[in-house]
Amino acid sequence: MSVATANRLTPYLFLAPALVILLGALVYPIIYVIYASFLDWNPSQRIGEASFVGLRNYAKLLSDAAFLESLRVTLAFAAIVVSVEMVLGVGLALLLDRNMKGLTVLRTVFILPMMIAPIVVGLMWRYMYHPTIGIFNRTLNSLGLEPVPWLSDSSWAFAAVIIADVWQWTPFIFILSLAALQSLPKSALEAARIDGARGWQAILYIKLPLMLPVLIVTMLLRLIDAFKVLEVILVMTNGGPGLSTEILSLRINRTASEFRALGEAAAMSNILLLVLMALTLAMFLYTKASEARSRRLAAAQEPAT
Amino acid sequence: MTQTEKQSPAFYALLVALVIMAVGPILLMLATSLKLNVDIMSDVGGLIFMPTLRNYETALCDLLWYEPAGLASCDPTFGRALVNSLVICLVSTALTLVIGCMAAYALVRFRFMGRDTVSLSTLLMRMVPPAVLLVPVFGIWTFQFGISGTRTGIILIYVAMNLPFVIWILQSFIVQVPVQLEEAARMDGAGPFQVFFLVVLPLVKPGLAAAAIFTFRIGWNEFLLANALSDRNTRTVPVTIVNSLTEYNIDWGVIMATGMLLAVPPILFTFVASRQIITGMTAGAVKG
Repeated sequence: MSVATANRLTPYLFLAPALVILLGALVYPIIYVIYASFLDWNPSQRIGEASFVGLRNYAKLLSDAAFLESLRVTLAFAAIVVSVEMVLGVGLALLLDRNMKGLTVLRTVFILPMMIAPIVVGLMWRYMYHPTIGIFNRTLNSLGLEPVPWLSDSSWAFAAVIIADVWQWTPFIFILSLAALQSLPKSALEAARIDGARGWQAILYIKLPLMLPVLIVTMLLRLIDAFKVLEVILVMTNGGPGLSTEILSLRINRTASEFRALGEAAAMSNILLLVLMALTLAMFLYTKASEARSRRLAAAQEPAT
Repeated sequence: MTQTEKQSPAFYALLVALVIMAVGPILLMLATSLKLNVDIMSDVGGLIFMPTLRNYETALCDLLWYEPAGLASCDPTFGRALVNSLVICLVSTALTLVIGCMAAYALVRFRFMGRDTVSLSTLLMRMVPPAVLLVPVFGIWTFQFGISGTRTGIILIYVAMNLPFVIWILQSFIVQVPVQLEEAARMDGAGPFQVFFLVVLPLVKPGLAAAAIFTFRIGWNEFLLANALSDRNTRTVPVTIVNSLTEYNIDWGVIMATGMLLAVPPILFTFVASRQIITGMTAGAVKG
């Protein structure tokens, strides 16, 4: 082999291992899950032995009360945690956006809840929610109040998983919106101040509109992640009591491992994937559109300057 | 403007409150892991107790170099899981970095796919929940590759899951390596592989560090796929923790000790490399 051919082949050699792994262990499984959703398949069968049932799995899901309930729980969970976290995270960022010692400490410490294993986060909260030895009921007890059935009552359990998620993920929104705030053009804020915009006015009319692109992307990212939450809830409630906290990921896991209905689990996976695909596409199109707009603006300003 | 302004005490109070809220649960876990069950169950609770390493000794009994005193029997489950977790995460991180770095280098230097393709596939990968991979990966690994229940199987899926992100983040570092440097090396007679391993790799160390932290952490914390793909001997730490939870009577002291051990590496990473972590987390939201 001549040196020239070797050089021409180099990029392919460098790419080959990554390509092989991505195709074999990522693209292939995703195609496989689409195919599997049309099968009546249980874990002891090879996929070739499973019988083809067409859309039956999907039809069954749409009339399955437990699945619909789990879909509702997932949507409610995602909607509530994302809105609460957005309000808290952006609010805190606006409040703390100043030159302050200790802000770096806060930023570092705030990453901790997101870094440690979700399993461990679930463990900590399950311990804190413990009916007798947990810190919440102990505090209520010492104040002379009634203990709360945190994880054993369905509406309390739903609230409890939301609180844990808010604790874990509000920092994400806080850090992103603080970064956005601190990179706002100083000139705009200065101009607003000279024009007499005070406090609320500056926030409402200047800061928030300027932050909006970052805020929207942050919200979509968080929304995507909210649909992926699994371990924290698995450890805290395992979906119970009843179906009150059984989000879609948990339902997929249970359908596959407990009910041994792989075809149905695959169909659920595809429905979840579709929801997430729509969100991701929305995010991608939004970033593309805002990039194009800022390019147009820059181009429009060029001849003027 | 760069100087810190004097702020009212209220803001410092808020700051302190937030720090306590963020760290409180972790400290509570640490405290519980140092307590004997008698102290955990006692009505007083609170901070007055004799700290003991007993729970850690129970969890790690077969890895210790000494025989813990007063331990009736030794359950090797957790020690074995810790070794599994370490091996799986270290190997998958190393593989992901080497393979990802080579791919990123090819994509940057030989330009056959735009950066857009890579960012889109990173984004798409970020979207796919592990739960969606559960069924196909279980099926393929068991029946076609024949590697379910082995460490290799778990390593393979972790490498695949992390590659898009690693390629994406390393690209932005490799773009900054001056081409002249590589050309000079080539003039001196270095082949493409030598250029890559001896010239490019040492220059992108910070990028490698950030990518390594992310890859390691994802494998270290992952539960669902490890649970589906492991057998008795290859379980990772998150899997053993969840398994010990389903038992009727939870031994809070020991389980908190195992949780603490699982939390230590990510906590260390946070304090060593918080800036890189923030960069990685904001990837996608803020243009990298």
